[in-house]
Amino acid sequence: MSENTNVWEVFIQSKNGLAHKHVGNVHASDKEMALQNARDLYTRRNEGSCIWVVKSEYIVSSESEDGEAFFDPSNDKMYRHPTFYNMPEGAKHI
Amino acid sequence: MSLLNYTLRIADSSLISGQRLAEWCTNAHTLEEDIALSNIALDLFGQANILLEYASELDGNKTADDFAFKRNEREFFNLKMTEQPNGHFGDTIVKLFLFSSFNFLFYNKLSQSKNKNLSAFAFKSLKEVKYHLKHSKSWMVRLGDGTKESNKKVQESLNSLWEFTGEFFEMDEIDNELNKKGIGVNNKSIKEDWNNIINTTLLDSKLKRPEDGYMQTGSKSGLHTEHLGRLLSEMQYLQRAYPDAKW
Repeated sequence: MSENTNVWEVFIQSKNGLAHKHVGNVHASDKEMALQNARDLYTRRNEGSCIWVVKSEYIVSSESEDGEAFFDPSNDKMYRHPTFYNMPEGAKHI
Repeated sequence: MSLLNYTLRIADSSLISGQRLAEWCTNAHTLEEDIALSNIALDLFGQANILLEYASELDGNKTADDFAFKRNEREFFNLKMTEQPNGHFGDTIVKLFLFSSFNFLFYNKLSQSKNKNLSAFAFKSLKEVKYHLKHSKSWMVRLGDGTKESNKKVQESLNSLWEFTGEFFEMDEIDNELNKKGIGVNNKSIKEDWNNIINTTLLDSKLKRPEDGYMQTGSKSGLHTEHLGRLLSEMQYLQRAYPDAKW
């Protein structure tokens, strides 16, 4: 793998209207190659209708050591869940 | 008989290109490109399969497998370009690019054939070939407009493969007969569009278009370069060693 090669994260949208889901990564030296590699690796079995590729270095991730401060405070805030409403019939993907 | 022969020519070019590309499987410079080339090989095998099934129907005697595995060199009609060895990655890309740019335009015309089998085949395959062209074209630009070394290498590939492009536009009696009936393509009519694809890509790739010099010919009548025999001996090994083996 040359020094010009980067890792790119791949996101696939399975159907129009659905969110793009992270599926893995590819190596590539430019965006066109990244897109084609993603197509060749991750959509061989009809998985997608749209692909996003993003250079991994542009993804900012939270650190696991921040986990408590980031996520624990929402544990006891039940009122934030929309469980007090009736779900409208026919509403999908909620 | 002409239609059978015409069908085999298209089928064989796909089959032999597919076999060559499949040789890259496990050998490409990255896992990603390895799969990309194998995907293209599989597309080409799929195309060959459709046409060999149709050839079997026309023939009434041989099966599609018989056509693929029990014919000798002189009975194959693939373009000579397709049987050329893979060489280095740049050679393979130039070969794929030249072949795909021709195939794209050829299938485009063939999809208007009065023969329903051929038109349906071409219509379906056109999407695949469009991607083969896109993939090989972006590599042409990447390598041609890459480093001094990569430019030099693909320029050499282009120069040495150029003599195999003459066959793309040849018309023999079978071509003329089927073209008159509205079944086959007039290959000469796609030359201009082909020139456009080649010239714009070469410009983007900072490569020089080679002069038309000596052009290879003969595959339409089953004449080949010495490379086809070795390819076939590998591809047909199982069938030759264990005829009609089942598993």
